[in-house]
Amino acid sequence: MPLAEAPSQMTLVRKLLIRPELGAFVAAVAIFLFFASVAGQGFLSVSGTINYLEVAAQVGIVAVAVSLLMIAGEFDLSVGSMIGAPGMIIALAVTQFAWPLWAAIILAFLFSLLVGYVNGWLVVKTRLPSFIITLASMFLLRGLTIGFTLLITNVTRASGLGAYTEGDFLAPVFVGRPLGVPISIWWWLGLSLVLGWMLFRTPFGNWIFAAGGDPWAARNVGVPVTRVKISLFMLTAVGATLLSIIQVLDTGSADVLRGEQKELEAIAAAVIGGCLLTGGYGSVYGAAIGSLILGMIQQGIVFTRISTDWYRAVLGGMLLAAVLLNNYLRHRALRSR
Amino acid sequence: MNPIIELKGISKQFGKVIALDEISFQLYPGEVHCLLGDNGAGKSTLIKILSGVHRPSRGEFLFEGKPIELDSPRQALDRGIATVFQDLAMLSLMSITRNFFLGREPKKSFGPIKVFDSASAERTTTEELKKIGIRLRDPDQAVGTLSGGERQAVAIARAVYFGAKVLILDEPTSALGVKEAAVVLKYVVQSKAKGIGVIFITHNVHHAWAVGDTFTVLNRGRSYGTFRKAETHREKLLEMMAGGEELDELAVELDLITKRDSGPMSELEHRVA
Repeated sequence: MPLAEAPSQMTLVRKLLIRPELGAFVAAVAIFLFFASVAGQGFLSVSGTINYLEVAAQVGIVAVAVSLLMIAGEFDLSVGSMIGAPGMIIALAVTQFAWPLWAAIILAFLFSLLVGYVNGWLVVKTRLPSFIITLASMFLLRGLTIGFTLLITNVTRASGLGAYTEGDFLAPVFVGRPLGVPISIWWWLGLSLVLGWMLFRTPFGNWIFAAGGDPWAARNVGVPVTRVKISLFMLTAVGATLLSIIQVLDTGSADVLRGEQKELEAIAAAVIGGCLLTGGYGSVYGAAIGSLILGMIQQGIVFTRISTDWYRAVLGGMLLAAVLLNNYLRHRALRSR
Repeated sequence: MNPIIELKGISKQFGKVIALDEISFQLYPGEVHCLLGDNGAGKSTLIKILSGVHRPSRGEFLFEGKPIELDSPRQALDRGIATVFQDLAMLSLMSITRNFFLGREPKKSFGPIKVFDSASAERTTTEELKKIGIRLRDPDQAVGTLSGGERQAVAIARAVYFGAKVLILDEPTSALGVKEAAVVLKYVVQSKAKGIGVIFITHNVHHAWAVGDTFTVLNRGRSYGTFRKAETHREKLLEMMAGGEELDELAVELDLITKRDSGPMSELEHRVA
């Protein structure tokens, strides 16, 4: 009875076609196949795979949080500075003020919650574009990080943190290689699954879409738009801080300039993954795939004989192609009936 | 029968601007009360007061016989006053089901974790829409794929499903074609038959006349009064909406302009030629 089966198959195909991640997924497969054939063994080896996954994770941990914020209709350009500042807070607290590492980590997270709250509160209360508010906090945070670090240590780097992770009870959450895989990759996968589940399966996820789609309409049916937006600014700052801690504990040092331009890579990953710049549409899974694409391109180029100087050009072209493709797919989704 | 909503001398000022001046009317269960008026007559301000967006500057707002103060549309909704705003309060990129349950998501508990119960949400949405004659191919499809009339229908079905006692419809037919408008008018009558008090805001007298029981005409923030259908007729309402004498004056003015400007106009035509 092939005729009876046809409608449900149609629905499945149609359901796949209107997924925001579709474009990114197809692109990821294509890019994987490209590097697998051009870059060959190095790219396909276990160490090569872990290598690009780790780069992807560095973007992805931030990008999945950023994608939620973008779906809720807001930007956060201060993400890069929020990768620099908490690492330096930890480094200074531990090396200069002899704090235990776990206390410094908690301080860093409290700091990020505060910054996220202030960002969100300012955006919601002033009704100014979050682009401007967080552009300001991007400069402010970076400037304060550089200024205070120089004031306290006279240099822009703090190193020698590696010794402190030994025996600290919080450290194993952020350093190491469980099952031989760097912990950043585990965090990236874990966050993608948890946040993706939250977006699509919980009432709060529904509110995120609504807050970005039409805040006025959302408020009218009782969605706490202010709370949703502020908590997502806080989540984004926490995501950046998580990455910051992983980096600092992995390398054993903090640098005032760490994380520069990461905010743009995170936005790029989210957009490649199907997020709409105007809010109301997108996917956490898409952003995770978007960061995978960034990771594959960045490390894949290394395995080919092409100079890595071309990475940004490829990224830019990729981004443009992704926006065009996603735009087309979204129009199709609205037309499919 | 007691009125479900009663307004007594409701006024609203924004700074020095008087948007509403001493508006009074009653709405009974199972009644369609039409609020008529031209643009700027104060209809939207009145809806915003009824739906909890604004608070009145003066006057009494009684709900089920008791005075109430509403701070947000959500509070109005919780009391059973549901408003379908002109711009629909629907998110076009979100699925029909998610729109239907937005702000009142059904939850399924897994221990301490509460999950959006999408299976039951989809079932309910499909059933409720079937009741008003819309067959969904897929409750997961985006609201943007629906026509304007269908979106109105979803919004009305949502309000009715969540137990609205009062349904406020803000220009539900203004952006629709003739056939679709007729379908929406049918939903208005269906809601009325369920005992819901309907406030139907429109500037289309024909639509109002087709379904209305009582009519309140607003002009520049004031009420011309409330009329039962038997006491008035369509042309009279139309005349009041347009401001009666003002329209006559306008006709005279237009006439004068036409005569005065006919000279230069013909000159211009020559030059163009």
